[in-house]
Amino acid sequence: MSKNSPSNQVSAVSVVATLAERELVRFFRQRNRVVGALVQPIMFWLLFSAGLRSNHLGFDFFFPGTLAMILLFTAIFTTISIIEDRREGFLQSVLVAPAPRWAMVFGKIAGGAAIAMFQALFFLALGWLTMTMTSRVLDVVLAIFLMEIIAIALTSLGFFIAWRMESTQGFHAIMSVFLFPMWLLSGSLFPDDPNSWITFLSRFNPLTYGVAGLRHYLQFEGNVVDLNALPPIPICWLVTVVFAVVMLWLSWRISGTRTTGDLL
Amino acid sequence: MNAIRPTHDKTGLSITEVSHRYGERVAVDNLSLTIGVGEIFVFLGPNGSGKTTLFRLLSTLIPLQAGDVTLLGHDLRTDPNAARQKMGVVFQAPSLDKKLTVSENLHHQGVLYGLSNKILEQRKADMLAALGLTDRANERVEKLSGGQRRRVELAKGMLHQPQLLLMDEPSTGLDPGSRADLWRYLRQVSKQDGVTIVMTTHLLEEAERADRIAIMHQGKLAALDTPDALQASVGGDSITIRSPRSQELADAIHAEFDCKAVVVDGAVRLEQADGHQWISRLVEAFPNQIETITLGKPTLEDVFIDCTGHRFLEDA
Repeated sequence: MSKNSPSNQVSAVSVVATLAERELVRFFRQRNRVVGALVQPIMFWLLFSAGLRSNHLGFDFFFPGTLAMILLFTAIFTTISIIEDRREGFLQSVLVAPAPRWAMVFGKIAGGAAIAMFQALFFLALGWLTMTMTSRVLDVVLAIFLMEIIAIALTSLGFFIAWRMESTQGFHAIMSVFLFPMWLLSGSLFPDDPNSWITFLSRFNPLTYGVAGLRHYLQFEGNVVDLNALPPIPICWLVTVVFAVVMLWLSWRISGTRTTGDLL
Repeated sequence: MNAIRPTHDKTGLSITEVSHRYGERVAVDNLSLTIGVGEIFVFLGPNGSGKTTLFRLLSTLIPLQAGDVTLLGHDLRTDPNAARQKMGVVFQAPSLDKKLTVSENLHHQGVLYGLSNKILEQRKADMLAALGLTDRANERVEKLSGGQRRRVELAKGMLHQPQLLLMDEPSTGLDPGSRADLWRYLRQVSKQDGVTIVMTTHLLEEAERADRIAIMHQGKLAALDTPDALQASVGGDSITIRSPRSQELADAIHAEFDCKAVVVDGAVRLEQADGHQWISRLVEAFPNQIETITLGKPTLEDVFIDCTGHRFLEDA
């Protein structure tokens, strides 16, 4: 059999696009998922802001943190499907297709990040409508770019964790002991306090720099946050980009390994 | 069946000394065989015989640990993508996205195999027509019946015109009518297009339709031949005797007639030419030890028992 026999060149870009498209189509076809995705962050935002008003923290303070929460949770929930997909489902046929493995990884991550961005942009629009935003247009554009990179980093993180998991129950455990604290320690919920160990710990959390970057860019009237105490903007970009690149690389690496789930 | 049968002298799939273990447990044990181009080949075995592991190895879902596999000239170790390009895979577990339509599922599959849009549309229409799914194209998979879903799985596997179709338990969830349709289609692509078909099954009646059967038992190849040759190898008729003291009776038969009699699943079995004469001979020799005695033509089950000393559905 000649190697030159008619063989179709698989286009990696098309593979990324088709897999990302699948994620989006799936998302929008599950109406309760869409409603939940839009309502849940609004609820959290209202509750935190109202509940902690006595601490002089208001809607503007929790706004960037809620954006981070949207990006984190959506990224996680879209990648959790890998666990179900592998054992019984779509992923089996993706894994035996002649498409490059990295294209499969990026397709899944791009789709998850796109869903996260859809929600984040919706929420951003809501913030712009309900509060008085004092940011310049350019800053808002930069904030959107930063959100995109955070979304990619977190979706890759979800992919990396989910790939080795054998059950969705295991994923929920990781979520409560790792991902939720990651959000709590990102400066989303607790304001910066140089004397607090929480702030100290948060400096080791890459998500902190994403949230800080959003705080720099998204300004509202009556803001109480001391921006000078936060990591400076170039550091925010640097850490977030490195975080995304490292997580993408790890996801690509781990996708070459198999779990025992494949072996039964 | 008078059309020219594809010649099987070209090698479609060659398996050389393949072994696979999960920790201590050996799932596939030093398996070697070759399958000709255009052949319909079945790996037959009960659960735990290693055939599913073999399917996963051949489909490239899991990497080879030991041994080599060459698929239409492409080494799975060094050239897996070329092999994947030429192979269609139909899984036992559903691989369709239920939230997508039939057409969308096929579209994603086509892109993963590098089909250009124009060719993809044409292939999609052809496959849907060939499998009687044209009017379901825009239906979501979750709304289809089990049999229809299996047909979409097959359409997905054949979409890129593979030269080898690998199927895991293809009849799972199919009623007899759909199973007959499936085999009609497989015969057709094998005969007309020379597609090599390799499948695993635990259904004896399914295996009987193949060109050749490999019987798997505890990871090893227990027998390999055409269904007719395998049945002929058992030698004549199969006699099954129910007795209150089976082992005693088997020993006594062995002592009296110097022939092989084994106890399988509580019954004494022996294979002999001229079975009807043996019935009277046995009943006369052991009148009080025989509850029932039955005579049958050997089935693949008898072949399996003959090769392995176990009943087919017995727990290993």
